[in-house]
Amino acid sequence: MSGGANTAVLDAHGRPIPLSERGPASTWSMISFGFWLFLLSDIVIFASLFATYAVLSNATAGGPAGHDIFELKGVFIETCCLLASSFSCGLMLIAARRRQLQRFYVWAVVTWVLGAAFISLEVSEFSDLVAKGFGPSHSAFLSAFFTLVGTHGCHVSSGLLWLLVMMTQVATLGLRTTVVRRLFCFSLFWHALDLVWIGVFTIVYLGSLHV
Amino acid sequence: MSDTNSELEDEVSTNAKGYMAGLGLAILLTLASFGLARTHLVWGPGMPVLLAVLAIAQMGIHLVFFMHVNASEEGENTALALGFGIFIVFLVVFGSLVIMNNLSGFMPTMDQLMKMQR
Repeated sequence: MSGGANTAVLDAHGRPIPLSERGPASTWSMISFGFWLFLLSDIVIFASLFATYAVLSNATAGGPAGHDIFELKGVFIETCCLLASSFSCGLMLIAARRRQLQRFYVWAVVTWVLGAAFISLEVSEFSDLVAKGFGPSHSAFLSAFFTLVGTHGCHVSSGLLWLLVMMTQVATLGLRTTVVRRLFCFSLFWHALDLVWIGVFTIVYLGSLHV
Repeated sequence: MSDTNSELEDEVSTNAKGYMAGLGLAILLTLASFGLARTHLVWGPGMPVLLAVLAIAQMGIHLVFFMHVNASEEGENTALALGFGIFIVFLVVFGSLVIMNNLSGFMPTMDQLMKMQR
């Protein structure tokens, strides 16, 4: 499995057996593939929200356009938080696979804190906009903006909740195989959220400068 | 238990080098898009194209270095599913944009609407 295409599985006559004829896949492959399918369906949801945003981004109804209200400095800090958190999530998974409990906790806490920093920045950005009177009900553009960025924020928040649950599971069950598999799924989810955020900062924030 | 354990360890290389490389490249691309978007170094209409290229490159880096989409047999399944996902995403996004642009092209302007009401 590690070598992939290099280590072909051979039958009794020395011929390679195709993947489809090797019997049921391992639990590990099934779980990671199934979780991939979930992530892709999630990405399709985001694609439709991106399409909505792209269609409505000029429908400002006399209100502010993107470049009037977005502050790129905050967005850059948010991006850095999420990217660093994605990296520490990778290190957390490595520690979990090597069964290094202490390191796992350190990186899990770092991941959680960076994710929480991202969410708190986003919440303060949203509440600033609403306080200025530019809430989601102001124009179709703002509705689309709050829906797209808010959905991403909801995903990150549920990821934070999931990470808390995983830390509790590690504390009670230890780093047993099933727990490490769940941590693997969590890391895929967390990286996928960072992937979606690349689209958000490019299309929503940086794109607003060049309409 | 020990069987699944060894399978678990073999699955993906357990060193941090891949993540380091991914982080470095992602930081470079993020800085490039934030830096260039604020300047006028690039011809205006070309900027969205440049930003799109930088974003797609960074997504690719995330997929390869963080999410381990690669040429192994495991990666083949995920890459196939990913290809289908990308296909759907393009259909939804570009389909919506083309249809909605076309529709707004058919929309009468405010002047024409006023004339119709008279």
